[in-house]
Amino acid sequence: MRYGSVFAALAAALAFAAAGCGGDDGGGGGDAASGSEDVSGNVSVMAIWAGEEQKSFQAVIDAFEEKFPNVTVKYTSGGDNLAPILSTAVQGGNPPTIAALGQPGLMAEFAKQNAIKPIDNLQAKIKDAFGDDVAAAGEVDGTQYGVMYKGSNKSTVWYNVATFEEAGVEAPKTWDELDQVRDTVKAAGITPYSVGVDLGWPISDIFENVYLRNSGEEKYDQLSKHEIPWTDQSVKDALTIMKDVVGQSDNMVGGTDGALQTEMPDSVANVFSDNPKGSMVIIGDFAPGVTETTLQPVTGYNVFDFPSIDGSKPSVVGGGDLFVKFEDTPAADAFLEYMTTPEAAEVWAKRGGFSSPNKDLDLSVYPDEITRTTAGALAKAETFRFDMSDLQPAGFGATAGQGLWKGFTDFVANPNNIDKITQQMEADAKKAYK
Amino acid sequence: MSVDAQTAEASPAGPPPEAYKGSLWERYGVTAVFLAPALIFLTVWIVYPTLSTIRRSFYDRDGSSFIGFDNYETLFTDDTLFTAIRNNFLWILIVPAFVTAIGLVFAVLLERVRFSTAFKVAVFMPMAISLFAAGVIWRLMYEKDPAQGTVNAGIAVVKDAVTPSGVLSNARPSTDALQGGPKGGLELKDAIQPGEVAQLGLTAIRESEVPEGAEQAVVPEPLAGGITGVVWRDFKPGGGTPGRLEQGELGLPGVTVELRDDGGSQVAETKTEPNGTFRFEDVEPGTYRAAIGPETFQTPYAGVSWLGAGLILPSIMIAYIWVWAGFSMVVIAAGLAAIPRDLLEAARTDGANEWQVFRRITIPLLAPVLTVVFITMLIYVLKVFDIVIAIAPGSVQDDANVIALAMWRTSFGGVNDFGLGAAIAVFLFLLVIPVLAINIRRFRREV
Repeated sequence: MRYGSVFAALAAALAFAAAGCGGDDGGGGGDAASGSEDVSGNVSVMAIWAGEEQKSFQAVIDAFEEKFPNVTVKYTSGGDNLAPILSTAVQGGNPPTIAALGQPGLMAEFAKQNAIKPIDNLQAKIKDAFGDDVAAAGEVDGTQYGVMYKGSNKSTVWYNVATFEEAGVEAPKTWDELDQVRDTVKAAGITPYSVGVDLGWPISDIFENVYLRNSGEEKYDQLSKHEIPWTDQSVKDALTIMKDVVGQSDNMVGGTDGALQTEMPDSVANVFSDNPKGSMVIIGDFAPGVTETTLQPVTGYNVFDFPSIDGSKPSVVGGGDLFVKFEDTPAADAFLEYMTTPEAAEVWAKRGGFSSPNKDLDLSVYPDEITRTTAGALAKAETFRFDMSDLQPAGFGATAGQGLWKGFTDFVANPNNIDKITQQMEADAKKAYK
Repeated sequence: MSVDAQTAEASPAGPPPEAYKGSLWERYGVTAVFLAPALIFLTVWIVYPTLSTIRRSFYDRDGSSFIGFDNYETLFTDDTLFTAIRNNFLWILIVPAFVTAIGLVFAVLLERVRFSTAFKVAVFMPMAISLFAAGVIWRLMYEKDPAQGTVNAGIAVVKDAVTPSGVLSNARPSTDALQGGPKGGLELKDAIQPGEVAQLGLTAIRESEVPEGAEQAVVPEPLAGGITGVVWRDFKPGGGTPGRLEQGELGLPGVTVELRDDGGSQVAETKTEPNGTFRFEDVEPGTYRAAIGPETFQTPYAGVSWLGAGLILPSIMIAYIWVWAGFSMVVIAAGLAAIPRDLLEAARTDGANEWQVFRRITIPLLAPVLTVVFITMLIYVLKVFDIVIAIAPGSVQDDANVIALAMWRTSFGGVNDFGLGAAIAVFLFLLVIPVLAINIRRFRREV
């Protein structure tokens, strides 16, 4: 009898839960419908930016609201969990009006689900302001969905100036010169590279840079879409070139074993230090932000462009935050259009910690020499390609311990195992593209 | 809906008078009212999510199409997930047994120690911090570099006392003229005879590592009936020409140079001057080789790679056992205190030794407590998660993977495949159910 009553109550409670749930769904839909009728409108924006970055973005929003006084923009930070939060919100039928996505792969997924709306009306403007390559990063099958407002330049190499002086070397321009610098620095008794392999993605960034320079944009695009297999000779060639960096244990701080356990911020700290453990770290333009250092920019640590390979032209592999809209409202359109203007870029650029891919932005607004170098290279690059691992299905391209990241960690652990590693990458890719 | 309605009816103070004596309302309604808050919470937070997860596990990654058992098929065919399942079984086999055994040993031994409470507090202390924090602590302790990782630092103290590191631990030959490795030291490839000069160029020595008092290196004059030579840092800013002694390159003082004969055995030994030169006088005619002994290049202890792919699983288990040993000890100690002393004394009077008392009296009497500890640990170990993610570096998360972590990584860690994630969760749920059933049945029996 006791059980009987429990089950009865349970069934009742279940019915209640189901009813409550249905009610929620209806409510969410209703809100969205009424919001789209409001011309002045509210815009909710979601991105990863928190802390200092959130303040800077709020300044951009304030500047926008000054221009569109009838639009209210509310920003919510999704932090590092932005992707799962958005996926869940889309499934629950309650996404924000606008979000800034770091992964074009996620954008393509949302486009496939018709969760985000095309912005083809802005395409001409976007191409004008950012150039074809950056505009293409916001396209899915030729349809414009995203505006890359904030960019990052991952084609940078950072070095400790004192170690370069001690070894008597200059910042290299070509890969061969880089190899010479490595040998000389090594002969001076300094470990040339600090590599943070822990999660694998810093290595995937190096790979993308080498691959783009060595095999060209066409192959890069084909590999990004998995139109050529990861067992392609071009991939093996790029890995072979990378052995110049990670192929020998004594090239890396802590040796191969140590590098495999080094987290990215530590790999930067090893170089950005009074008592450096390594001379160079190949990592994107965000490096100064990930560690505390007593060194001064330019005199203590400095940066050079990722060297060209066999005369390749200035190319940037980068990332960026792509603004997409989940709702078709005039307010959302106005906001996205504002994001293509140099004024919008200038607000944040002045505050620092920001690189704009906008070609119309005057470089002198950046607060420091280093950002001018890295952001300048980004805006002026002859070739821009989005970080390839972010173009893959996330499970293959951007997940700890899986797919590409795992493949690249394995490569550092066994640099002579290229055939087997590319086979594994291809097998993982096939699974992900199924 | 119906619960809601009942709650609303019941809220007026006091039941209606005509229903006062044993009506249906009295018997079921009041029960329902009292159960309602708990039921609502259970339903919203447990029952509904469980059912939703089970339903979700039969759908694809974005939840749009029903795919039957495909997710479960992936679960058992995917290598990564298979490792996770295998690791979880290793956890089940090893950890509960160790935790129970260590707790038992502590409990029994501490009964006989004077300051047992102090010891108990010390062993129990790890329970006071969260598993995640414990994981962070152990991650730092396991660092490979002995300068950072406590565990390797401990080993390094012992190792370096046995084999002290050399003055030029990182040095390498600057050209192929010098051959050999850290084991046998470096040796000049070409044989020399008395009257000739040996040049031993070394590189990869930090400016700051050059021994004090070093001066500009010079090539010494040949010596009749003797062998002279120089050991120098074959590097100047910009690199210089390897193999050639140039202006600006320093001699390496205090390096022990050996003279070896054709058979490889040492005939003489000397130390270098501040300018790097050395001389062997009165050398018998014949061919010799100049060499620098291995002790000069003895590298400091590099540390065990606790966080590497090979050791990560046991490393995490040790940390986990460290945390839970205290819990197990306290519970078992409580059980121990409840054992009637006269039984133990009767056994001793009958001539049983301590081991026999422990084996035949204590353990059987403690069996229920030991089972509780063991089963509790079994459940905890099945769903182990936080300590794994805290300790394992990303590069070895695959090797350290467990089911709960695989579930999280699949659903939220970037893959965003909620369907497969839900299937893993259901699988974990199924694994826990038998253990729970055993536990509940035990509770019933005891009550």
